[in-house]
Amino acid sequence: MSRCLTERSIDHVVLERGDVAHTWRTERWDSLRLLTPNWQSRLPGFGYTGDDPDGYRTMPEVIDFFACYAKTISAPVQTRTTVTSVRHDGEGFLIRTDAGEWRCRTVVLASGACNVACVPAFVNRLPNSIANITAQNYRNPGQLAEGGVLVVGASASGTQIAYEIQRSGRQVILSVGEHIRAPRMYRGKDLEWWMDVAGILDQRFDEVDDIRRARSVPSLQLAGTPDRSTLDLNALTAIGVKLVGRLAGVTDDGKAQFAGSLRNMCALSDLKMGRLLDFIDEWATNNGFDHTAVPPERLPPTRVEGAPPLAMDFTRGEIKTIVWATGYRPDYSWLELPVFDRKGMVRHLGGVVDFPGAYLMGAPFLRRRKSALIDGAGNDARDLSNHLALALADARSWRMKQKSDLGPVSASDP
Amino acid sequence: MSDVISSVNNGVNVDALIAAREALTKAPEAAQFKWRAACEWKNGTHSHSTVEGFYGLGEEQRRKSTFTFNADHPEVFASEDKGATPVEFVLVGLASCLTAGIAAVAQHRNIQLRSVKATIEGDMDIQGILGIDSDVRNGFDGIKVTYEIDADAKREDIEALVAQSQKRSAVYDIVTNPTNVTVEVK
Repeated sequence: MSRCLTERSIDHVVLERGDVAHTWRTERWDSLRLLTPNWQSRLPGFGYTGDDPDGYRTMPEVIDFFACYAKTISAPVQTRTTVTSVRHDGEGFLIRTDAGEWRCRTVVLASGACNVACVPAFVNRLPNSIANITAQNYRNPGQLAEGGVLVVGASASGTQIAYEIQRSGRQVILSVGEHIRAPRMYRGKDLEWWMDVAGILDQRFDEVDDIRRARSVPSLQLAGTPDRSTLDLNALTAIGVKLVGRLAGVTDDGKAQFAGSLRNMCALSDLKMGRLLDFIDEWATNNGFDHTAVPPERLPPTRVEGAPPLAMDFTRGEIKTIVWATGYRPDYSWLELPVFDRKGMVRHLGGVVDFPGAYLMGAPFLRRRKSALIDGAGNDARDLSNHLALALADARSWRMKQKSDLGPVSASDP
Repeated sequence: MSDVISSVNNGVNVDALIAAREALTKAPEAAQFKWRAACEWKNGTHSHSTVEGFYGLGEEQRRKSTFTFNADHPEVFASEDKGATPVEFVLVGLASCLTAGIAAVAQHRNIQLRSVKATIEGDMDIQGILGIDSDVRNGFDGIKVTYEIDADAKREDIEALVAQSQKRSAVYDIVTNPTNVTVEVK
């Protein structure tokens, strides 16, 4: 967005609570690699130029990538500045920070969709003998006590964390709710390559049947594995991880209750994967890829044991740690604008917030299926900066007509 | 998808359901329902239950008629077999909920159903309910539902109907997840 605003000569500042790529520096586990290949992180005027386009960035490489981009585009970033409130006083936005105040006519909310790890309320009923950690503050298996580990959540984070903890010699039980299985490689190419060329990632928010639903589906169960192998539930059970259903609750006497829906969760996921691959196959046929690509293939169905356990007594000491990989929600505690729906999410239409002059970036399926990927930021920023520029121009012509002076210094007005 | 003019008719008014979903999204308080039944003991293990009113859309709702159910146990339990056993009512509830869901999802996905038949079986070790072995639970060890579906669709699409129906089924959720139950004496 900063780059797009600069291109339009719109004066602006980027407020960052830490250093550039703060979340990547502070809220990621050690072994994590980006789940999209190097070539796919394309930002306006910036892309991958190294010799491993199909590799997956490590966290230090991601941090370098963003730091380098900020420098290349001379982004006016004010680091170590935490925004404490954003409000509108009738004339413009007033931004309070721990390093002074800003006034501006437009504001872009780019604080991310994953600020607070979601943990169910019944966590309070767990015995004290069990340590709790979230995917946000998990770093490596060395942090955990010896003994069994329950990983709750089987999307990209949960499966990767389950894998490395099981490999560390601790028995992992993985609690599986809704998830979407995906092969890392398909027909000789990265799955992301197919989704990119077939236009799946470019599908727009106004082209889908039910955008609310599209925004709430879990992300693909993908991992940036150096050997480009698929990390699905079958790969995990093959190394000894045990699967149980969604963690539905904890009784007052400390027993975990798992849902009996594991089989359907896996069936839904296998079917969804099948539909995605069918779509890719059809696209490949229609676009002449059948001669060059490896023939279609399908992974075997997800294996689920006959009667997965429905309960587990947490007081018996079998489980020492629970890792919550149960998703995130945004933190808008500083946003003092009347823009929230009843679920506490910002009301917006493709990133144009339901409040004149406010914009949202980086949310799932904001404008396109890829909006939450690094690769999705460029197109969204181009669209939204265009809207923002027009809104500023409108406001300016209106002011000229009114011959009124709004006075205060603006942070985002030429 | 509901705007597509199609000849598919499974007898489900999907447009009305979608309109209701839209309306209830805007007025979530109207989505608060209370389902009710009344049960009266007759004799032995025989009881008689009635279902008539429920609360929903912000007010009390009446049925066109009162539905009645006799529940009892079979003669091998030294009962008079005047109705299905309560656990069979649970099976009926699950199968009919999933089947209704299949019809609704099929209509929404433009799939014409010709026949949908389910058999449902719950395994139970009655040493639990008889108090013979406290390690054996009272309820089902597991439930197996088998569908035979004839429809204008590929096998994967039919499997997807059945999977989606489980995902959206109230009874499936009730059976597969714990529910707080409060039983009081007036």
